[in-house]
Amino acid sequence: MELLNNLALGFQVAITPTTLSLAVIGCILGTIIGALPGLGPSNGVAILIPLSFSFNLDATQALVLMTSVYYGAMYGGRISSILLNIPGDEPAMMTTLDGYPMAKKGRAGDALVLSGFASFVGAFLATIGLMLLAPILARIAFLFGPAEYFALYLLAFCTLGGIGSQNQAKAAVSVCLGLGLAMIGVDNSTGMTRFTGGNLHLFDGIDFLVAIVGLFAVTEVFVFIESHGKDSTIGVKLTKITIPIKDIIFTRWTILRGTLVGFVAGLLPGAGASLGSFLAYMSEKALAKDKSLFGKGDPRGIAAPEAGNNAAAGGALVPMLTLGVPGSGTTAVLLALLMTLNITPGPLLFTERPEVVWGLIATLLIANFVLLILNVPLVKIFAKILQVPASILLPGVTMISFVGIFSLSGSHFDLLLMIGFGVLGFVLRKLEIPVVPVILGILLGEHMEVSLRRAMVLSDGDWTYLFSSNISIGLWAAAVIGFLAPIFLRPYLKKPVAHKTDIK
Amino acid sequence: MTNKIFKTLLTGAFFTIGSASVSLSAECIAPANPGGGWDFTCRSITKIMYDIGAVDSPVQVTNMAGGGGGLAYAHVVNERNSDSELIVAASSATATRLAQNAYSGMTYDQVRFLGAIGADPGVIVVAADSPHKTLNDLLDAVIANPSQHAFAGGSAAGGFDHLKVLMALGKKGFTDISKVKYIGVDGDADAITQTVGGFTSAMTGDISGVVGFIKSGDVRVLASFTDERIPGFENIPTAKEQGVDVVAVNWRGLYTPKGASEESYKNWTEALRKVGDSAEWAAAMKANGLAPFNKVGPNFQDYVVGVMAEIQALSKELGVMK
Repeated sequence: MELLNNLALGFQVAITPTTLSLAVIGCILGTIIGALPGLGPSNGVAILIPLSFSFNLDATQALVLMTSVYYGAMYGGRISSILLNIPGDEPAMMTTLDGYPMAKKGRAGDALVLSGFASFVGAFLATIGLMLLAPILARIAFLFGPAEYFALYLLAFCTLGGIGSQNQAKAAVSVCLGLGLAMIGVDNSTGMTRFTGGNLHLFDGIDFLVAIVGLFAVTEVFVFIESHGKDSTIGVKLTKITIPIKDIIFTRWTILRGTLVGFVAGLLPGAGASLGSFLAYMSEKALAKDKSLFGKGDPRGIAAPEAGNNAAAGGALVPMLTLGVPGSGTTAVLLALLMTLNITPGPLLFTERPEVVWGLIATLLIANFVLLILNVPLVKIFAKILQVPASILLPGVTMISFVGIFSLSGSHFDLLLMIGFGVLGFVLRKLEIPVVPVILGILLGEHMEVSLRRAMVLSDGDWTYLFSSNISIGLWAAAVIGFLAPIFLRPYLKKPVAHKTDIK
Repeated sequence: MTNKIFKTLLTGAFFTIGSASVSLSAECIAPANPGGGWDFTCRSITKIMYDIGAVDSPVQVTNMAGGGGGLAYAHVVNERNSDSELIVAASSATATRLAQNAYSGMTYDQVRFLGAIGADPGVIVVAADSPHKTLNDLLDAVIANPSQHAFAGGSAAGGFDHLKVLMALGKKGFTDISKVKYIGVDGDADAITQTVGGFTSAMTGDISGVVGFIKSGDVRVLASFTDERIPGFENIPTAKEQGVDVVAVNWRGLYTPKGASEESYKNWTEALRKVGDSAEWAAAMKANGLAPFNKVGPNFQDYVVGVMAEIQALSKELGVMK
């Protein structure tokens, strides 16, 4: 009953003409920002914060606008993943693996609708989870110390084999490259710099957004130039938009599993949406009986990561609101916004400022329905932006990427670095080495190393500390199984895995 | 067809204009990603400046993360040295890094410090169920058995949060600092979760980061590193009154380029002073656990120089810099 009262309070705050129109504007802007490579949810929200001040929005209105942009960007990221094979933001990376092949088969419309639906279910259920369980779930963060985090990241890397390629060795090379790049920057455990060559721009390490835009978008430009526009992978025909009921029914459990995995990943501070979509994809692939279609346009390969990353976006709000610990880059920006509005997230936010929390939750629910409408029946409008011929689109996308990356740090160094990543991506593509693991290495490698280092400081270098809790033992067991199972199970699987890479 | 191209161009133009217009108005650079103290400084101070009419148009906030503030520092010194329409957020961390020579050779006198209008008092915090009831309980336990205890803090090893612990232990005569275990995590709240979770014995940070946890009863603050008890938190004893004479506050302030005109320096100090005296700022300070700390203008520069000399001497003594 109290819950309903609270929710009623929330809707009272959220349903006024002004806030509703802000939610719609936020959703549209967010979808566009998400779809444009180089502009992710975090810099999108950061760019828009000054706008909310210059329009003199009050705390709730500003929050409504920003969270709509946040959720919108989580939806929008998939559009360019599917149509261009360039992820619009980092959590949408996993969607390129199956989304783009499906689009190439002439099912772009189906892929967009299915992923839009999966996004909706993921985000919607995660919002419900946030609403019902936030104060309880917040305690989970207290159970995770350095040893547990290390085991969690290890689990992610152990299941990585064969991602984006059927050749495990190439995937491994790619991961190592990413892990190596992740070491650049200030070492937090000693305060010393590593591999920066004294360059201040490298002190904080390499921004993964720079790496993503370089490896995907800039590489695409190089391939395009090399082949005089003939061989480019860009330029998928968008078919008529229908609702692929068959696929939705086929993936119903996939979506629910992806939601659960993503939500839990989102709850853990620091893990965030990228880990959520990644684990959702990998667990789905591990569970599937027939894996041969993954990487070639399997609907499950689209539904799982999209449900996962949107659920993680909702999950990441839990530690942000209840502990003040941001679970991802974007929630860090939202945290900044809250603090500017004189709202300090923490254990008492739910009781001290109910109008803010429940207004936010009501907005999230509304934004979800707005986004479902924008992303299913109206997805063609957004897709049209990406439908111009590659010779025009590609320079346009690159230009926007440059602007987006420049807005991150305001330094030209990142632009040069991005071009460097473009060259690296080109070389990797020629060698048929997948680039997704490079980015995962950069993204998760730093967290994994830092967790290990902290664990070693705490235990005076005693490695048994890594196995000192039930949670970490469980994660280690899952990691070992995830690594070994494919090797032993392979002979029993019906179809031998094809020895051909899918990297184009 | 043309329609489609037009749409693309329009989208591109929208974002280009959005970013280009940044340089037209006054700018406040937060030398970190959104979410931290510097970002808060820029956003709240500039917002109040505009709200109370101390500036004519809204001040644009730009985030320039990198090198622990060093990237923004280099940018200001090398590229914007005469820009009168620029202010940059600074704090004790800026002074600490300048003192430790962590900005690749740049020195404090390459910019002008405007002033600070609030400070975040340093605190030492333990979980509510910790056996340590006073600061001396904790410090004695660490000195007796350093390998059994660890501190978590929001700054990297050798940073301000780490130094506070070492300074307190130093006052107790314990200087074998390589024995003291410290893990640098991502901010105060993260350090709290590690401490409440039982992974570390205590947390070192600023009071603003722990206010919510004090009210919820998850933690106990053993000491604040201030001269007087913090207003609003009168039940927290200072380190000084427990016999550990350490004062460490994280001031929140601004600097301007050295080459900016004298007139603009005056205008900015005036605007900052107005914000410092405003009711809005008082409310923002209260909500964020900041204590009054008002040093604006030339005497602030002197204060920074003094603090830096202290940190430099300490860092050398403690071995965190050569």
